[in-house]
Amino acid sequence: MKSRFMEKISIAQVLTYILLTVGGIIFLTPFYWMFRSSLMDQGQIFEMPPIWLPNPIRIDNFKEALTIMPFNRFFFNTAVIVVFATAGVVLTSSITAFSFARMRWPGRDKVFICLLSGMMLPQYATLIPTFLGWKFLGAVGTNLPLIIPSWFGGGAFYIFLLRQFYMAIPKELDEAAYVDGAGYFRIFVQIILPLTKPAIVVVILFSFLHYWNDFLAPVIYLNDVSKYTLTLGLALFSGMYNAQWNLMMAASAVVAIPAIIVFLFGQKYFVEGISITGLKG
Amino acid sequence: MTIKNKTNKEQISSQVEKPGCIFPDVLSNFTKFGKKGKLNNICSYGGHMKQETNNRVPMFEDIPENASNIRLGHLANTKKKNAYRQEAILGVLFAMPAILGFIIFTLGPMLASLILSFTDYAVFNKLKFVGFENYINLFNGDNPFFYKSILVTFYYVALSVPLGLTFHFFLAVLMNRKIKFRGIYRAVFYLPTILPIAATCTVWMWLFNPDFGLLNYLLGFLGIPKLMWIGSEAGVVPSIVLTAVWIAGNTMVTFLAGLQDIPRQMLEAVDVDGGNAFHKLRHITIPMVSSTIFFNFIMGIINGFQVIVQPMMMTAGGPNNSSLFYGMFLYKEAFEFSRMGSACAIAWVLFIIIMIFTGLTFKSSPMWVYYEGEVKGK
Repeated sequence: MKSRFMEKISIAQVLTYILLTVGGIIFLTPFYWMFRSSLMDQGQIFEMPPIWLPNPIRIDNFKEALTIMPFNRFFFNTAVIVVFATAGVVLTSSITAFSFARMRWPGRDKVFICLLSGMMLPQYATLIPTFLGWKFLGAVGTNLPLIIPSWFGGGAFYIFLLRQFYMAIPKELDEAAYVDGAGYFRIFVQIILPLTKPAIVVVILFSFLHYWNDFLAPVIYLNDVSKYTLTLGLALFSGMYNAQWNLMMAASAVVAIPAIIVFLFGQKYFVEGISITGLKG
Repeated sequence: MTIKNKTNKEQISSQVEKPGCIFPDVLSNFTKFGKKGKLNNICSYGGHMKQETNNRVPMFEDIPENASNIRLGHLANTKKKNAYRQEAILGVLFAMPAILGFIIFTLGPMLASLILSFTDYAVFNKLKFVGFENYINLFNGDNPFFYKSILVTFYYVALSVPLGLTFHFFLAVLMNRKIKFRGIYRAVFYLPTILPIAATCTVWMWLFNPDFGLLNYLLGFLGIPKLMWIGSEAGVVPSIVLTAVWIAGNTMVTFLAGLQDIPRQMLEAVDVDGGNAFHKLRHITIPMVSSTIFFNFIMGIINGFQVIVQPMMMTAGGPNNSSLFYGMFLYKEAFEFSRMGSACAIAWVLFIIIMIFTGLTFKSSPMWVYYEGEVKGK
């Protein structure tokens, strides 16, 4: 048994494992460095040569970092944006994708191509008038400019993704329902949606990460610290406490950990989503 | 089964449509998007069926638009028209969020930004048309930061796109071999991509720290003297490229998906003919994923020209403007100096630059991109 296993492993195979493992360790090192630094005191962190394991472990960094700045406030702000924006993305992108995948109307595919090409557009081309528009409405400084756009289809990426999933469902299913007299909305809610739960999970995960990680839009639209999101809070923190690396790494870890957990739980969905569309919005 | 309450109209139409309704063989058209290049192939399916009186149903594109209507006679014709109209109205209605979103958040702002780029709008003044002045001021060198930011950004794109593509391509090739734990490796190499970019910046700032950072410490083992990384004019862009390659996991995943589509027999054929790994790479793998390379190349360029967060958080454009990326330049013009008209011109110049690069890539693609099922000379 063992010898047969050994036979199968060629030199190339061994080399593959070595390269991937070394590469993987290199890729993970920044993460390790972040966590290791977040658990050290000022003395340990500046020791040269650097120590790899914090001793003693200083959990107080987290307490300190989180109290220096109102991170719970930032967390709440971020959560509000993430929840409402993700709800908008899921609800509007799914029904829009249904229309693009399974209903016929004149000009449908031209419209779809337009949406897709909008994705290739540099964000700066629309940035300033959009900002001025929100300013005109008096919404700059609130989280509305960060949430409302997600209720308009959520972005071509999600529509494209769901459309791909919907088109893979045998059409006989909704045709049968149609013959039985179901309307389109009913077909969508009772047949298509239940069949594409994994696709919805993909959308939720991507959308969660997008709004959790977003930096540029909050920078532009939020100008009051009490409205800041976590990423903005982290930027502010790094500007003010840029010598206290242990606290900064603790704050970074706090911002990063939810994203990491969501990814680790849903990683199979992420890979599927990217493979299907080839890109991320 | 749960669907019972038919409306009268639908009942009639379903009775009319029921006899001899055999679904056209359009399933195979689902996946043809982008391969045949014909738009009507992807719209060959809608909520209701195509009915045909004969048993063998031809492919959708063979059916004349109104063939069935002619056969069903006048009455059915009107019913059918109504059904079509209902489907069209509902279809547009369902798609309305995205259509409105496109108009409000993409098309409208784009046109507005084009118009604003010919004005001197600066938030607090009265808007005045100034013709091409904003553009002229950029190109005639009055604003020294324009050319600087163009240089910085081109340098960054020229470095990060080939580097990121090559690195993640070989990573994907390695992962596409028959190995165990592929899922784990993939997760590890993708993990940096999902890290909030603000955290990426703080972590790398710490790694780059010249005196206490990990990178200089590790380089010390190789006998390399301390580098300044983001603290030096020469080092700042390559350092940011390093972080960009670290977070380019999407490239790897798309490559991996492309590689998995290559039929094993093709690679085995090279073995049979006595070819080695290099031959496989050169004559099978690279041509077979050339469309993925093409895609990743374009996305790399589009994203590369728009980098803003790393310089914003890590260097504030410094030292001495050596990381004044184009996005930073635009951001400062718009939100620090409130010169909105000029900022719109800057945005449009970027848009045109990206269009030129994308266009050139598309133009050159017949020379090096291979699409499966492509007919030569088409």
